[in-house]
Amino acid sequence: MSGTPPPAIRAVDLYKSWGDVHALIGVSFEVPTGTVLGLLGPNGAGKTTAVRILTTLLKPDRGTAEVLGLDVTREPMRTRASIGLAGQYAALDENLTARENLRLVGRLTHLPPARILRQADSLLERFALADASDRLVRTFSGGMRRRLDVAAALVHEPPVLFLDEPTTGLDIEGRTELWAFIEELVGAGTTLLLTTQYLEEADRLADRIVVIDHGRVIAEGTASELKAHLGATVIEVAFDDHEHARRAAAELGGVGELTLDGKAVRVNVVDGAPAMLETVRILDAEHLEPRTMALREPTLDDVFLELTGHAAEADREEVSP
Amino acid sequence: MSAPAATLAPPSPTVTRLARPHVVGDALTIAWRNLLNIRRNPQLLVFATIQPVIFVLMFRYVFGGAIHVTGVSYVDYLMPGIFVQTVVFGSLTTGVGLAEDLQKGLVDRFRSLPMARSAVLVGRTLADLVRNVFVVILMCVVGLAVGWRPGGSLPEIVAGVGLVLGFAYSLSWLFAIVGLSARDSETAQAASFPILAPLVFASSAFVPISSMPGWLQVFANHQPVSAIVNAVRALTLGGAAASQVFAALAWIVGIVAICAPIAVSRYRRAV
Repeated sequence: MSGTPPPAIRAVDLYKSWGDVHALIGVSFEVPTGTVLGLLGPNGAGKTTAVRILTTLLKPDRGTAEVLGLDVTREPMRTRASIGLAGQYAALDENLTARENLRLVGRLTHLPPARILRQADSLLERFALADASDRLVRTFSGGMRRRLDVAAALVHEPPVLFLDEPTTGLDIEGRTELWAFIEELVGAGTTLLLTTQYLEEADRLADRIVVIDHGRVIAEGTASELKAHLGATVIEVAFDDHEHARRAAAELGGVGELTLDGKAVRVNVVDGAPAMLETVRILDAEHLEPRTMALREPTLDDVFLELTGHAAEADREEVSP
Repeated sequence: MSAPAATLAPPSPTVTRLARPHVVGDALTIAWRNLLNIRRNPQLLVFATIQPVIFVLMFRYVFGGAIHVTGVSYVDYLMPGIFVQTVVFGSLTTGVGLAEDLQKGLVDRFRSLPMARSAVLVGRTLADLVRNVFVVILMCVVGLAVGWRPGGSLPEIVAGVGLVLGFAYSLSWLFAIVGLSARDSETAQAASFPILAPLVFASSAFVPISSMPGWLQVFANHQPVSAIVNAVRALTLGGAAASQVFAALAWIVGIVAICAPIAVSRYRRAV
């Protein structure tokens, strides 16, 4: 253990299967200390399985998982002392108050009683739950539960934090609110591994993004690197039906790199304005009347579609246990 | 539950210092949490006692007249059976509660914390034991109200209640296994009933075993509910009880010795 410090989180060639279901097929990534990694992928991609392995809840079939240089399968107890986990479901006791939930975690992480009280108060304050401190959690809204759940993962001030789809199921307002809290947290130096199926979320919160699909890493980089992969601009043309979209796709191949996504056609181009003009001319000549037409910056959605051939949020079936 | 990891030297200064997990302290914390849950839902405690009270009234006043037990009044014969029946059905809540914690992701949180592994189970079974103390006291009061007049001495009666509670505690471990194996709390509940019903009703709890058909007597004479009921009955009626008490203790210790390690290993592996 000399020289450069190990990355805060390290996954090396992780495999995990249940019978014929291969949740992870050789997944590797690293999260340097003090940075945020977004593990991005649709439901069933293997994100949760990776998090469960790194947080000692599950043993990998093969491969190594390390947190702060500790092998998590060999030293689970020491790993647990250094990590915070907020899973997909708000893991709270409904019949306890917000403060009692935080105290419960504080006592189970063996903090001195005085520090538990201080931590609980400061977390409730920080997550805008101070007014609800002594209310039973069963009276909380979804957004409040999520905030308290993240707060509960922070009671023992772990240097490494895992958030598994922290905003899934929240409305836009709740999501934006939680993002602000997470940004503040990351600003304070916590290393964060965040899984999400929301591309916007990874774009906003993560320093680096690992795209995972069907148990494999299919791309890795910063949000702008992933977008740069696609050319500078996207022309998106939507039609009223699939048939028109298919015909348009057949005609527009010369304009730029093209993807057909249901009733929409996306063309990645380098130079937006002339390409747009050309697109209009072709569609007009073929009497293909689009419902909408837009010229925009590429989003991570485009990246995902390009990489996997399917949209990121289309697959709603949960496969990973 | 030792924590070998705690004795090793830290490889990196950034790793959080680890306090040695303490199974007793952690279990008490979990018990505190579960007792708060009971206090916040007193209606559950009320529902848990309504059914046994109905059984007392039913057997005392409806069936009791038709059941003949030589040498003792039926209510004195009945009450030990009611105590045991009450805690047996009550022990189901251990499994249901654990299944609920699993379902809600709370078990995942606990398993991601540097706490003693067995504490979640020890804490819950302890909280359920406290709950059973209240329930059994309440049932004693109900019994006295309908004419139960135990003939044993006070220490004998206390010993009888102790056996009832010990049996309840051992069954908590059995149903912890059921709860940890079930998909959800409803399944845990549904899976428990078929285990409980034959044990409770094909036993000496309500009627003398000698009144049953021969093949059923074989089962009824060799199962834990009968063993506990016989011991508690001997203690509360007053008289020689040593061999029955010994058999009851053997069942209690045996059930814990087998079920607790299985439950803890299930908990470690629970997904």
